[in-house]
Amino acid sequence: MNSMIYKKKLPLLIFLIPAFAFLLVFLYYPFFQNILNTFLKIGGLGRAPEGLNIPWYENYRRLLDDPYMRVAMKNTMVLILCTILFQVGIALILALLVDTIRVGAQFFRTVYFFPIVISATALGLMFNLIFLYKGGMVNQLLLSLGKLPYEVKPSGKVIVQWLDWKDQAHFLFTMFLPVMWQYVGFYFVILVTGLNNIPQDVYEAAALDGADGWKRTRYITLPLLRNVLCTCLVLAITGALKVFDLPWVMFGAGMPENMGWLTGTYMYDQTFNKMNVDYGSTIAVLIVVLGVVLSNVANRIFRPSEDI
Amino acid sequence: MNNGRRKASRAVTYLVLSLWALTTVYPFIWVIINSFRQKGLIMSDSFSLPLGEAFTWDNYITAWHRADFKNAYLNSFLISGTVTVCVVVIAGLAAYGLVRYRFRGRSLLYSLIMAGMMFPVFSTIIPVFRMEAVLGIAGTGNRWLSLLAVILPQVAGNLCFAIIILMGFIQSVPIELEESAYLDGCNVFQIYFHIIIPAAKSSFATVAIFAFLWSYNDLFTQSFFLRYPQERAITGLLNEISSQAGVNYGLMASSVVLVVIPVLVVYVCLQKHIIKGLTAGAVKG
Repeated sequence: MNSMIYKKKLPLLIFLIPAFAFLLVFLYYPFFQNILNTFLKIGGLGRAPEGLNIPWYENYRRLLDDPYMRVAMKNTMVLILCTILFQVGIALILALLVDTIRVGAQFFRTVYFFPIVISATALGLMFNLIFLYKGGMVNQLLLSLGKLPYEVKPSGKVIVQWLDWKDQAHFLFTMFLPVMWQYVGFYFVILVTGLNNIPQDVYEAAALDGADGWKRTRYITLPLLRNVLCTCLVLAITGALKVFDLPWVMFGAGMPENMGWLTGTYMYDQTFNKMNVDYGSTIAVLIVVLGVVLSNVANRIFRPSEDI
Repeated sequence: MNNGRRKASRAVTYLVLSLWALTTVYPFIWVIINSFRQKGLIMSDSFSLPLGEAFTWDNYITAWHRADFKNAYLNSFLISGTVTVCVVVIAGLAAYGLVRYRFRGRSLLYSLIMAGMMFPVFSTIIPVFRMEAVLGIAGTGNRWLSLLAVILPQVAGNLCFAIIILMGFIQSVPIELEESAYLDGCNVFQIYFHIIIPAAKSSFATVAIFAFLWSYNDLFTQSFFLRYPQERAITGLLNEISSQAGVNYGLMASSVVLVVIPVLVVYVCLQKHIIKGLTAGAVKG
């Protein structure tokens, strides 16, 4: 494999130096700086640190005591579970179905990818309109189906009891639905490719053994798809931990009543609005650590052994 | 035999697939329809087509006058265009080097790139901001420097994903092509430009499109570095409009359309590349 052409190593420097210089300066160095920041006292953005925290692990202690952080963790964990179940789940079902059809497959692939190319800000606004308290799309639909209580005043005015989709009983649903809906198409595309890579003769052999329909899916397709599913799982976990734009546009700072924090939005709020830069850095470290740990756990549990 | 059952299950398949397609398409149609509706009417009836009395251009006129869209488009295209070019050029070179050369530390560099995909922007942005403030790039109030302040971390943030995708593709380019070019007297750089880039064209397109979209859509970095009105890029502008619009839902709808249209046009024109390029890279990577 190692051809004559690539024996001389000098050009390699030209190939690699730009990329790794960039990564070093704007990714790796800032990341280590960020870890250091968690032990320092920093008054505001762009300000120099005022020395070590007392005690130096103060931010990590605070992390454990912070009730809002607990809320953020809880919500994010629920989000991760929902992402795995529904995002990857729906994507899997859709991919399995698309795999059985010929006509229109390209169309479905194209439109399922739609929400991903659009900015979360625009989507957040769109969902704000859809879930609007008074006269949003969902509430209008419910009203026309007669699911919302209303009374007609003697003056002829109709008073409707609109459903508040962002109140304490509904906010999780309203926050998570758009996030999950947006990325189904991403996993769908990855899974469809995985399905295309399964050789046709495996199915033919299975058909000879009488495996068909659901059995074929259960005993042939899913096991062969396990590797790809595992990739999806890791992407879903790290993705859910980083979610920021959509909930931020729809809910802002921890609405309703500080029950709506996610690790991403809480970190942003602490750093940017509350100017607790060092504490924000600590939350960021937690996000990375959780991402590494959880995706490793997922890999341990689901990644098939090498010989499959 | 079983013909009826098969037909029925096919019908169910199409039904389910179409229902999901409806959820991904209809919301956009709903927003577009309502962006042309008189603003008072959105709350009472948002499903019908806005014809006759209800139809209006007002929402677009208001949006265009209320916010500096022209400037924001310019900023966004400057930022995202530069990011795209830098990412494609730098990542392409690195991916080629990493795939074709065997050297000590190669696997270390590879794991560094994998790790780089894990870092959320949150964890690097504050030190980057401070570093750029010290260098006199960020927080100066100078528009062009502020744009540069966004571009630099966005390039770094996109590089890892781009390198992984491109590596997957360059690996699949048959090395015989390069060997025969070498025998014809090409050096490695000529090989890169005349063999590799044309052969891996669709993956370069994918990487370019993703870099552009992520940069264009990235509210987080934008809101960190672009604080002054003349610096606003399009996603930040949209966020600002939404916080000011209050109950003017027509204005919100028209602003969403104005922001989304360029992206949708790019996507629909290039979607073949996106899906082909992304999938092969993602599964291999």
